[in-house]
Amino acid sequence: MSAMKKIDCRKMNCPQPVINTKQALDQISQGIVVSLVDNETAKENILLFAKNNGYITEVIPIANDYQITITKGASEEPEKKFNSIEASENVTGLVYLITSNFLGQGSPDLGEVLMSSMLVSINELNPAPRAILFINTGIMLTCHDSRNMDILKSLAGKGTEMISCGTCLDYYKLRENLKIGRIGNMLEINNLLVEADKVIGIP
Amino acid sequence: MLIGPKTSDDAAVYKLSEELAIIQTLDFFPPMTDDPYLYGQIAAANSLSDIYAMGGKPILALNIVCFPSCLPIEMLEKILLGGASKVSEAGAVIAGGHSIVDDTPKYGLAVTGVGHPEKILSNSGACSGDLLILTKPLGTGIINIAGRGQLASEESIQAATKSMLELNRQAAEVMLQYPVNACTDITGFGLLGHALELALASRVSLEIWSNKIPLLPGVEELAAMGMIPAGAYQNRDYLKDKIAFPKESKAESKAILFDPQTSGGLLIAAPPASARFMLDKMQELSINAQIIGQVNDKNNDYTIKVV
Repeated sequence: MSAMKKIDCRKMNCPQPVINTKQALDQISQGIVVSLVDNETAKENILLFAKNNGYITEVIPIANDYQITITKGASEEPEKKFNSIEASENVTGLVYLITSNFLGQGSPDLGEVLMSSMLVSINELNPAPRAILFINTGIMLTCHDSRNMDILKSLAGKGTEMISCGTCLDYYKLRENLKIGRIGNMLEINNLLVEADKVIGIP
Repeated sequence: MLIGPKTSDDAAVYKLSEELAIIQTLDFFPPMTDDPYLYGQIAAANSLSDIYAMGGKPILALNIVCFPSCLPIEMLEKILLGGASKVSEAGAVIAGGHSIVDDTPKYGLAVTGVGHPEKILSNSGACSGDLLILTKPLGTGIINIAGRGQLASEESIQAATKSMLELNRQAAEVMLQYPVNACTDITGFGLLGHALELALASRVSLEIWSNKIPLLPGVEELAAMGMIPAGAYQNRDYLKDKIAFPKESKAESKAILFDPQTSGGLLIAAPPASARFMLDKMQELSINAQIIGQVNDKNNDYTIKVV
């Protein structure tokens, strides 16, 4: 499917013009994105980004602005994925997104028990999931006094990647307490969700 | 006056007696991070760096503060505490300061240091044959921009923060144990901008070995994505006539060499044997330093040649 998109990136601070252009290009499989910018830095950065992804570009100055036409071809090489994580061979493309330390609404005590038994069940999956992403209070599961540490360690041993949201760790002041897996930002987390064969959200 | 504005050096130096020179510098800038304590620490490390680049020892600092009336005063407190922690780590004291109301916060220090008049290091003493040492990896500007767009990895952000927080004190102390001909620190003009000042002040040319330059993790990928600050392009446009690049060098690789650094490392020119001893000693202390080039005779075609 060929598409044509126009985006206005004027009056934006670096790196927003590049990000908006990248997003517009990511949304189409092939076609043209026309990006309007009002400064040299944005122009050069977009051209650099486009060139390094194998896109064809054309720049036309219009008054004090630049109109950049970027063509994403059908035969281009697969787009480079920045910050994406390689899947290990023994895990499926299954990704869990855990956004709370309790499972379900209602009694917190019950929620805690339910979460533990959910993690036990996940641990019994064969093959193990590719990754578990911990967001908001979900990050409390990966911190030091979590009752579920042994289950998570067992999962990690089978190649499941554990990623806890850095912003959430900072918010709850738990960055120093993270005991398993690593810290990730929203870009990495989103990349994993986008690339996963299947995502299961645990609210 | 031993060193004044003529040679674009890092600080002014005034000889008080045969044994004592005072070194005076001032630096301040707007926040590059949302964490006020961290911002205070980084701004202070950056201000103190100029004293180390002159071969001196900081003794006294004054706060310079611009702060909007709409932000909570606790934030300012944290900035000042962050700054004070670095000043105290440097073995100096904060003796006061001055603040005004302004639309955006700005913070920094005026720092007074001392040194022996004959041991003051300027950027004008580099000699042909010297090797160049860089004591911190490049890329804080690029990672900062990418971080604003949520595109930098945690690893990159943490490495950049650690690097910006690091005082140049240890590197300077090692440097002063060996013969040195010139020194400067890498800040807003990027590696090539400050290297060019050193070359012009010393009336020499430099050869920079681009594959030896230490980089922060992820910097090359982020640069290739177009995460390059406006300052890097300004530095490039301002300096391009004096710098020769190999034909095949990529735009992003060049941009890294022009990337404005916050609290960057020292760039040291020292005789080869001295440089090698210094490097070993620095690496023993876990300083991420490398020999990144050499000093040659003045050349009419270029001042810096990147290979």
